Amino acid sequence: MGTVKIPIGPQHPALKEPESFLISLDGERIKDVGMRLGYNHRGVEKAAEGRTYIQNIYLIERVCGICSHSHSTAFIQAVEEVAGVEIPKRAKYIRSIVGELERVHSHLLWLGVAGHEVGFDTLLMYSWRDREVVMELLAAIGGNRVNYAMNTFGGARRDLDKDMLERILKAVDVLEDRTKYYINIATKETTLIKRLSGVGYISKDDVIKLGTVGPTGRASGISRDARKDDPYAAYGEVDFNVITDTHCDVYGRAVVRLLELMETYKIIRQLIKNIPDGDIAVRFPRRVPAGEATSRYEAPRGEDVHYVKGNGTDKPERVKLRAPTLANLMSVAKMLEDDNLADVPIAIAAIDPCFSCTDRMIKLEHSSGNSEIVTWGDLRKRSIDFYRTQHGIDFSELNKKYRGNL
Amino acid sequence: MTELNKENAIKDKVTSKFSFMNEKVLVKRERRVYADVELSNFRQVFDYIVKDLEFCRICMITGFDEGENFGFMYHLTDDKGMIFDLKTYAPKTNPVIKTITDTFPGGVLYERELVDMFGVKVDGLPEGERYPLPDGWPEGQYPLRKDWNRDMLKD
Repeated sequence: MGTVKIPIGPQHPALKEPESFLISLDGERIKDVGMRLGYNHRGVEKAAEGRTYIQNIYLIERVCGICSHSHSTAFIQAVEEVAGVEIPKRAKYIRSIVGELERVHSHLLWLGVAGHEVGFDTLLMYSWRDREVVMELLAAIGGNRVNYAMNTFGGARRDLDKDMLERILKAVDVLEDRTKYYINIATKETTLIKRLSGVGYISKDDVIKLGTVGPTGRASGISRDARKDDPYAAYGEVDFNVITDTHCDVYGRAVVRLLELMETYKIIRQLIKNIPDGDIAVRFPRRVPAGEATSRYEAPRGEDVHYVKGNGTDKPERVKLRAPTLANLMSVAKMLEDDNLADVPIAIAAIDPCFSCTDRMIKLEHSSGNSEIVTWGDLRKRSIDFYRTQHGIDFSELNKKYRGNL
Repeated sequence: MTELNKENAIKDKVTSKFSFMNEKVLVKRERRVYADVELSNFRQVFDYIVKDLEFCRICMITGFDEGENFGFMYHLTDDKGMIFDLKTYAPKTNPVIKTITDTFPGGVLYERELVDMFGVKVDGLPEGERYPLPDGWPEGQYPLRKDWNRDMLKD
């Protein structure tokens, strides 16, 4: 039988983003992968040229739902360098703390998606339940689950007070406890290990050649991490390890992300222990002088690279940015070579998908015309009651353990 | 305060290897080196930085519309956190550059972006799907040129 070509995408090819893959198959085996990208190109770089620097913070923060803090920090760092403004030390610590919390939310989200893609939906339910711990924390810090808007030119927009820092530490204890549980699963659960091992293989040489970044590159044995190599914010002042692995497959990528979370908790604890007192921002000029800067930021999926050129006005001359997925997509074709068709979703998802999850309140409209606001707490209570009354399973003790009272 | 020793060593290597690079290499700050090079000399300087100075990865390519010329900045990085921003130019009357995908196969999307967004020709760029504009995008419309605006799409 000849080659069969199967289009996957552009609607949701395993992840909630439009990309189109044309898979050539010999039987079940993938022989070749064609790719068409750009379905979601929004013209952000052009739009940035027509907006003031301040407006651009809000635009750039929305490049990505999950890495909102990553992109805004990368952009702001470049602008601050052009303007020659040094931010207060406390602001650097705040940026790093929020950045690491963002990494927790992104990696736990990925873990759930990975579980879902291989039919292990219990893992999805567990990891997304636990992820709520960090989502609620981010909402408490910035007023929103994904676009926390903590950044501004010259520093941070909000301080983290003593109570909030303590709350973060408590949440980190819970998250660390749960992450240990997932590490235990990932290293001992035979079904999961066998399903992920050998899938989406990419060698160290290919990773170097294709410029793969983030956990995907690190799982093929390259020790690249902008936090370590090109320290920004407060990363020059914390002690942590860059996690690498030599499996070179989806399993390795899972292990790297999970072990990386343990380093993240270590980083957050150090930052909170050592955060200096003082101002959180300095005054920043409305007009930015002529000049240029290239900035890097280690986002959860890999390195964000931003370039900003100023021309002395309040609008940038040129803004260029590259998100890690663009760097990593080139390696997907290589990863899929000779894999089975059924491995496509998890192999694509293993470079890490992305979608926004800003819903945080549900408004119910009764047919009688009365409406009712249901909060997260109410929803959680209802689901616990549902399981207790309908299925005889009581989650209330577990809920108390991880969240305290509702 | 750092002495910028590593950065200056890179600068010295480039200027002593190529006499035409005198005064064209700039140490901007810790871990940031910048250089400007004419298109005719671009490839030999690029190869030297990549192969001899071990800037083994391309982060991205930034295109510029600078009036009479297009600018192209290749953001190269080594494994020690250094970024080398190497910039070259091509006249708008003949906007042609050569591909670097022979060295960095992963750079293909960055070059396709220059083709779509600036209307630049990249010699040696492998055949493939365009990126990032849609298939039905009108001929001769290049969004990142300074004289382009959204209204030009209507009709």
